[in-house]
Order: sequence, then C-alpha cells, then structure tokens
Amino acid sequence: MLSALRQTRKATLQSLLRLRACAVGGTRDVTVTAHQVHSHVVVQDCDSSSCLGLDLGSSSWGRGFGFSFSGFSGQQRMKSSLPMTGTPSTDDMVSYANESGVSPTNFALKHPTERISYDNSGGHERLAGDPSKRAFTYLVLTGGRFIYAAGLRLLVLKFILSMQASKDVLALASLEVDLGGIEEGSTVTMKWRGKPVFIKHRTADEIAEADNVNIGELRDAEADDDRCLEKKWLVLIGVCTHLGCVPLSDAGDFGGWFCPCHGSHYDVSGRIRKGPAPLNMEVPEYKFLEEDKLLIG
Amino acid sequence: MRANKKAFLTSFPFLSDLVSKTSSGSGILPRPMEILLSQKDKGYDLLSNEDRIQMERKELAKRFVKAENLYDPKHLEDRPSTGSKRLSVLNQPGLSIVTDHLIDYPAPVNINYFWSFGSLAGICLGVQIATGIFLAMHYTPHIDLAFLSVEHIMRDVEGGWLLRYLHANGASMFFIMVYIHIFRGLYYASYVSPREAVWCIGVVILLLMILTAFIGYVLPWGQMSFWGATVITSLASAIPIAGDSIVTWLWGGFSVDNATLNRFFSLHYLFPFIIAGASIVHIAALHQYGSNNPLGLDASVDKMSFYPYCFVKDLVAWVSFGIFFSVFVYFAPNFLGHPDNYIPANPMSTPAHIVPEWYFLWVYAILRSIPNKLGGVAAILAVFVCLLALPWLQTSEVRSSLFRPIHKKLFWLLLADCLILGWIGMKPVETPYVEVGQIASVYFFVHFLVFTPILGRLEAKYLRNLGKA
Repeated sequence: MLSALRQTRKATLQSLLRLRACAVGGTRDVTVTAHQVHSHVVVQDCDSSSCLGLDLGSSSWGRGFGFSFSGFSGQQRMKSSLPMTGTPSTDDMVSYANESGVSPTNFALKHPTERISYDNSGGHERLAGDPSKRAFTYLVLTGGRFIYAAGLRLLVLKFILSMQASKDVLALASLEVDLGGIEEGSTVTMKWRGKPVFIKHRTADEIAEADNVNIGELRDAEADDDRCLEKKWLVLIGVCTHLGCVPLSDAGDFGGWFCPCHGSHYDVSGRIRKGPAPLNMEVPEYKFLEEDKLLIG
Repeated sequence: MRANKKAFLTSFPFLSDLVSKTSSGSGILPRPMEILLSQKDKGYDLLSNEDRIQMERKELAKRFVKAENLYDPKHLEDRPSTGSKRLSVLNQPGLSIVTDHLIDYPAPVNINYFWSFGSLAGICLGVQIATGIFLAMHYTPHIDLAFLSVEHIMRDVEGGWLLRYLHANGASMFFIMVYIHIFRGLYYASYVSPREAVWCIGVVILLLMILTAFIGYVLPWGQMSFWGATVITSLASAIPIAGDSIVTWLWGGFSVDNATLNRFFSLHYLFPFIIAGASIVHIAALHQYGSNNPLGLDASVDKMSFYPYCFVKDLVAWVSFGIFFSVFVYFAPNFLGHPDNYIPANPMSTPAHIVPEWYFLWVYAILRSIPNKLGGVAAILAVFVCLLALPWLQTSEVRSSLFRPIHKKLFWLLLADCLILGWIGMKPVETPYVEVGQIASVYFFVHFLVFTPILGRLEAKYLRNLGKA
C-alpha cells in the first residue's frame, strides 16, 4: 500500500517537474536554503526521464518526503550537489509516517536507513540485487562439491594405501647382526627383506687380494674401498645379478662366490669377474651400531 | 488459453529459459517433460487415425536428427532430451539406459525423505563390497590364523582399522537402511499392485542379506562367531529325515571347524554380488510402473525428472547418513557389537549368553518363542512367507496409510512389536521374557495374516455405510 502511494506520488511529482521544466526552460537552478537543508533534494540536471527531483517548497506533500524517495529506484539514483544528510530527524519520520497512514514505529521499522537501495522494476518494491539469489546458491553448491571431492579423495587414498607394506613387514625391514660369532675367513648368510645377505669376515690376505685388482679390467668397475665401510667386513645381498639365483660361498675361480645356475664367478669383494652376470653383487645400506654390531637396512 | 499460459510463464525471467519457445510440442513444459503429456493434452485425441500416425512420426523424427543437420540453428530445438546432442555419449544405445533410468526418469513430485532409503541401502552395499574386497587382501580363512589376521588388519595394515570398522558398522547401517525402507513400504503400501514384484524381490534381498551377514560374522572366529555359527547351523538338523546329513554336509565335518570357515569365506565373498544383481532386478521391476508416493495416488499427473531433483534430495540424505555412520565408526565402533567376539573361539567352552547381532534379534526371538526345534524353524520360514504373501493379503482399496487411520495405528503397533521382539531376543530365556516374546511373536503373524485382510473389508463396509447413515 505504501509503495502504491509512493508510485502515485512519484508520478505526480514527475509530472510536476516536467511542467516546471517546460515553464522555466533549460537547466534548473540550484536552490538551497540553509534551514531547508534536511528536506530539500536538489536537482542539477533535469531530464524528466533520468532524474527524480523534488522542489519541496512548491510541493504540497510536506518536508519529510525527500530522503525516502531517494531509496525508491536503485536504477534512478538522485544526483545532488549537496551530500545526503544522514538519518532524518525523528520529527521528519513521524510526519511522514502520519501522512502515509502508518504508525511511526512501523514506518521506522520498514525504513531503517536511506542507504538501502530498492528496485521497483518488477512492479513492486524489493531489494536491489539478484532476486534469484543465484550467486549465493552457486557458492553454497560449489563449496559442497569441493568438500565431496576432498572426502572422496581421502576415501580412495585410504583404500589404495591399505595395500602398502603393513607395519609388521616394515618392522622386519631392518636387521641387527651380532658380528662377534663370525670367525675370520668365514661367511655367514642371513635373511633380510626376504633375500639372503652374505656377511664375510675377511682375512688380511683377502683384503690385499681385493685391492690388487686392476679396476679397468672389471666388467663393473668398482674399487673395494667403495664396497665396504670397514675392510674387515664385507656385506652383500646374496643374489646373482644375472637372473637371481643365490651364489655359493667360497667357490669359483676368484676366491669369492660361484653361481651354479649359469656360471658367474665373483671375487673376494663380490665383483663379477667371469660369467654372464652384468653387475657386481649389490651392497645393501648398512651401518655399524657398535664395533661388533651391524644394522642392515 | 495455451498461448496465455506461455506468455504468463515467460514473463518470469528465470522461468523463460525452461519453457520451450518453439511451436513444436505443447511449449509449456520443459522439453524433457513433454514425454509426460497425454494425447489429450497435446490435442491428438481429436485427430483421425492417419493424422495421429503422422503426428507420431513427426514426434519420433524430432528425437532423431540427421547428423548433418545437427548444428543447423533451425534444428536447435529438435535435439533430444537432457539438453545433450544426439551424438552425446549418454544417448548412444548402450548408455541410453543411464539417461532413461537415472536422468530423465520421471519421479513423483511429492515423495518425502523416506524414499531416499533405497539409494542409501545401495550405497551401504557398495561400501560393504569395497571394504570387503580390501579386507580380503589381508584376511586368512584358517582357524589358527583368522583371529590373528583380523588383529593384523587392525594394527599393522595401513588404514586397516578403518576398513574393519567401516565393514562391521556398515553391516549394521545396511540393516538400518533396509529396515526403514521396508517399513516405508508397509506404511505407504508400496507393495500393493502393480508393484508386487518389487516387494517380493525385496524380500529375497532381505533373506540374502541375512545369510550374508550371518556368514560374515563367523569369519573373525571369535567366541560369538563360533557359537553363533554352531547354534544356527544346527537348526538345519530340525529338517526331518535328512537333517543330520545336511548339517554334516554344511559343516564339512563333525562340527563347525576349519572346513566350515573356509567355505564360509568363499560364500561371503559370493553372496553380495548376488545381492547386487537382485538389486538391479528390484529397480527394474520398480521402473515398470514408477515409484509410489506418500498419497498412494496416481502420480502421473505431476512428475519431475530424477536428475537433478531426486539426486539433490538423495544427496542430502547421503550426507546425513555419512555423518550418522561416522559417529559410529569414529566414536563408538564397538557399540553395536559384542565384546565376547574379541575372545578367540574356544570349541570347549560356550559363553554364558550367546546373542546374535542386533539386526537378527527379532527373528531370534520368534525362533526361541516356540519350544519345539522344528516349530521354531518353521516359524522363521513362516515369517518370510508372510512377507512374500503380503501384496495378496492386502484387501483395501485405499493404498496409503495416510487415509487409513486404523491401519496407521496397526502399523505403529507392528513397529512396536518388532522392537519388543528385538529386545526379547537379547534377553535370557526366562519369565517374563518368554511370555512377552510369545505374545509378540503371535501378534506378528496375526498382523499379517488376520488384521491386514480383515481391515480392508472393514474399511470398505464402513465407507459404504457412510453414505447411508
């Protein structure tokens, strides 16, 4: 009802303005009087379609209208040379409320501030902006989709990672060896990560033999110093680099190992000397915890 | 009239996109929904036979646009449903099933959230199969290693605790979803003609689920696993003449032992895929006539496409279910289980109270209510016979309980009865539990075999007399 009233008032005022424009001609003058600052809304450039201006002095509707009409059509913001005054005085609001037939409280509730812009293009007054709330809706939906994606990713990862090595397998990934029991010159085989590991306690002669080899002659050139942390102890993964058989200790033509599957000979440093194997026997990662204790892996 | 309606609809900025702007078809509904218009709506009922054939040919032609015309702007509106092009993947012969049954499928507009429990049950099946397959990678079905392998899963396998708890609680969730789904069917009488097949296949699925869950519970080889298996498999000895041979054959020996565990593992892996197949048949049977709705009336006057409406509604249900499920898995993973199952199976010592899992308690109560062994087995069979026969026991001309005040009260009475049976199932066989259980069991059968048929006739008589008095 209020908006209908405003509509008629707006129409009336607009026709009034057009009349005045015709009468005066050209640009209107800016007229402001100090005591009427609250209730006057001044118009700079009057084009009847683009601005809605009021010369309230001549209007019979009273002083209180000026501020509220600024909120009518967001599309038709008023242009004024004077800054809009802030909240209107209580007297203004009461008088407007009385004129529009609504209680002052009700009126104040419906018009808390003039800074809210309204949109009248749909035929009734409503808040300016997107009536379908499409932007908000899309934000919520898209946010949800990000969460579903994160949840799905987590679920998939949990399933795939369940196939990784379990903790009991990882616990056996390292092997502690007590070297005290191994006599000089002997080789011990231990199981590590499912594979055999050779630990050889080398004699001084064997160490000298390992060092005296011309490295250029080797298929897989590696110095003995690079293959052990301490020359006395040789630690190797006991798998032939040819096709995976376990070589025999203290066998072969070079005083090291001999693989019976296809006849590969390894020397006293575990390097390939004769036979089809391409590489030296692999040296695993290991370290000495103490003088006589080894940690493999 | 039609033109005015279109003008009215297109005056709303957000609706004009949905309303078809071409003159083909009625132009009021969105293109995909035009399939729901009857001949009368389209004005075809006034045409002669030859003209009608012409119109149908034109309609068909609209659905199949020649490839060279596809991108011609003139043919823009003639593209087939889902807004996708003729060449779209989803419109090809094989995948058109997805379009017809999941995307464009017409669903009643008034279905409430109780209609989401079917898809929830399907999700539970998926969860069980996925977690089950990954659990099977780490489980050993040997009596000496089974219990330890389950602990290995819980402690050593990466995420193993999650897999195990998802699977164990997922089974409970599966039963909750299915029970609510069944009670929805009972309340809104979805089982009534023409959906008898849907209901009967559903009962078969329930039976398969019960078997699968029972077998699965044996696998961890705890005390409850072992003794529950012993008690229930021994029921087969009640079968006259061949009973004992059947039980020995079932056990693969003289008692529940390694042979039993091994074959149970194999069957537990197999049955869920049979359930999956039955579920597909269940949905196919449903799609013959479409879903029921809370009013129980013909819904073809107003339907919506499954996607996006039912999808988004189900999505809300799925997320809520996820939260409910997560509460159990992460905060109370052993609440629904029995602590005795964390004791390795001991064939020499029976626990004081053997209790099946909660979802079996109502059947267990009916079984124990009858003092005779064969009688108890027969009673369980009778339960399933009653459920299967329900579509034909129903005599009312009114479908939904919304319009049947007496049936509505009887429904709540049945629900209370099932809850009482469940409670009795976990109690020892003593007074007063025995008597209460017997009354509850009797009521269960009376509800289906006596009240359901009589009520329909009573209602018909009452309605007939209503006009007269």
